[in-house]
Amino acid sequence: MTESGRPLRAARLRFTGVFWRHRWAKALLLLAPPLLAFVLVYLAALAALFISSFWSVNPFTSEMTHVWNLDNYRQLWQGGAYHTIAYRTIGIAAAVTAADAILAFPLGYFMARIAGGRSRAFVFVAVLLPLWSSYLIRVYIWRLILDNDGVLNWTLRKVGLPAANIGYTNWAVWLIFTYIWLPFMILPVYGALERVPDSLLEASRDLGAGGWMTFRRVMLPLALPGLVAGSIFTFSLTLGDYITPLLAGGTSSQFIGNVVYDNINQGLTPFAAAFAAVPLAVMGAYLLIARRLGAFEAL
Amino acid sequence: MRKHTRRYVLLAAFTAALCVPASGVSAGRGLPASIGKGEGKLNLIAWEGYTQGQWVKPFQKKTGCIVHAKYAGSSDEMVTLMRQGGGSQYDGVSASGDASLRLIYGRDVQKVNPKLIPSFKDFIPALKAPPHNTIKGVHYGISLQWGPNTLLWNTKKVKPAPKSWSIIYSKKYKGKITIPDNPIQIADAALYLSKKKPSLKIKDPYELTQTQFNATISLLKRQKPLIKKYWALASDEIGLFKSHDAVVGASWPYQTNTLKADKVPVKDKIPREGATGWADTWMMSAHAKHPNCMYKWMQWVSTPKVQAEQAIYFGETPANTKACAIMNKLSKGSAQLYHCGASKKYFNSIKFWKTPIATCANGKNNCMDYTKWQQAWTQLKG
Repeated sequence: MTESGRPLRAARLRFTGVFWRHRWAKALLLLAPPLLAFVLVYLAALAALFISSFWSVNPFTSEMTHVWNLDNYRQLWQGGAYHTIAYRTIGIAAAVTAADAILAFPLGYFMARIAGGRSRAFVFVAVLLPLWSSYLIRVYIWRLILDNDGVLNWTLRKVGLPAANIGYTNWAVWLIFTYIWLPFMILPVYGALERVPDSLLEASRDLGAGGWMTFRRVMLPLALPGLVAGSIFTFSLTLGDYITPLLAGGTSSQFIGNVVYDNINQGLTPFAAAFAAVPLAVMGAYLLIARRLGAFEAL
Repeated sequence: MRKHTRRYVLLAAFTAALCVPASGVSAGRGLPASIGKGEGKLNLIAWEGYTQGQWVKPFQKKTGCIVHAKYAGSSDEMVTLMRQGGGSQYDGVSASGDASLRLIYGRDVQKVNPKLIPSFKDFIPALKAPPHNTIKGVHYGISLQWGPNTLLWNTKKVKPAPKSWSIIYSKKYKGKITIPDNPIQIADAALYLSKKKPSLKIKDPYELTQTQFNATISLLKRQKPLIKKYWALASDEIGLFKSHDAVVGASWPYQTNTLKADKVPVKDKIPREGATGWADTWMMSAHAKHPNCMYKWMQWVSTPKVQAEQAIYFGETPANTKACAIMNKLSKGSAQLYHCGASKKYFNSIKFWKTPIATCANGKNNCMDYTKWQQAWTQLKG
């Protein structure tokens, strides 16, 4: 192939040769559009919000004064209620994660190791079906169940037990979150358990380990990355949520998200941004720990 | 030096030209003398129930202005929405008295000419130029309707019928009480304290000194264990009463109407201490894209028939005195029920919502402004 008679092809080969010699250029071209969207839309917005947390605003006229100060963070640190709200949010997020882990593991185990083809598909659909309905509908349904006149109290009264008045309390919030995020925990656990090779379990049996020891020493450590991956979902989604506490919570059910929402509504964006930095920091720490525990190995 | 002088002169002229629109609280233009042709569209921010088909459909037919309404749940939400998108996303807002001043001083709304509203002359005198929408004789909106924040109770579960606000502060119905999740509720507690503890000398529940404010907040803190839930949406309170999670609480006539329509045995009243209330104004955005349609809308909702229809639907009181007769025609006894044509004395007994500011009526600067109310409310809920 001579280059003299076909200059266009030569130019094209030179052009593609750049990407062949420098692999990073090819990767950059492929990733540029989604990366640009991510950086411009998500990271830039996050940065703008974070920067505004160091400014102040005139609430009467909603005009932001670009004077650098730490007033918002000082207000966060000094206000006792904000500490309570942050601890409550993190505490319920942890409780939801624990409850979901305990509930998801047996179901994931059943789906991965016991269920045959048809029943596995059936359980899969059953787990995913609630996700097809609106989030709000699921919250309202649980609110009706846990109401004073709801199904739960009605059933307890019929059986002769006292009514469990958990409607509009933090118990209701915990329960509803556990229900809503459960599919997000089941699927990674299922994925992790499915990858456990039978040969390992057989080998464990051959070496004399009983059922419980096999589970504790072989199955659980291999399933841990799946549990951690699922916990990232449940923890972060609960940490940022404000709708369930607003609709189904009681008088002391404020989450970080509720305070952020109220402050944005009142035009106090800098303070909202300061408080929003808290779950961001918590999630950052959580992700570092999760990586240490191997949650991202499957990637 | 000489070749740069022209550049500087142009720059100075340009800067001077920029200063012209910034002068004045409103957009600086003169008031229109007449309403032009409709633009075919109208974007409104409204309370739920303010843009029902009953009166929107005839308006659309008559003027060709198609109405798109965005419902807001609180005054804070209305202020935020009006400021979105450079202020041109919505043409008008049905602002209550605790949002209207913020919108005026924030330059989010523009002057309006009441002479263009034929029904304006029939308005209650107190609502023609009230302090929450008229500043130094300049009108920033047209009054719409007004209503009280009532005491609502379940007649089967609460006996005897309450006469005072004290019922929501007493242990008798512990865990069955509900009040709005709104910082402006502090004014209701202050109003109750102004009658219960005259030594605090609370004259205006929206102008509280530190001492008066602290006393009010501690009353609310004592009330908190008695409350089942602070309702954020009207539908929340309706749900609470339907499921008997709450049997008494602070409410709006809208909830009473809706619950009664669903056969829940409730009743409401204004207790002997009086009540806070809200007076709504239709205000036009300073950057409205459809000003003619907005003027046509303000004309339409001020007419006696529409005022009566809206008053009956929502359970509020019209600003137009001619609406009372029509109310009784549409629903017998409704004019009396909603205090249409009520005496000046009754009107003055309602403490209408207004944004608390640091300057008190006596000129001192030691009253609590709204930011402190908002922070105190968040701290109270905890």
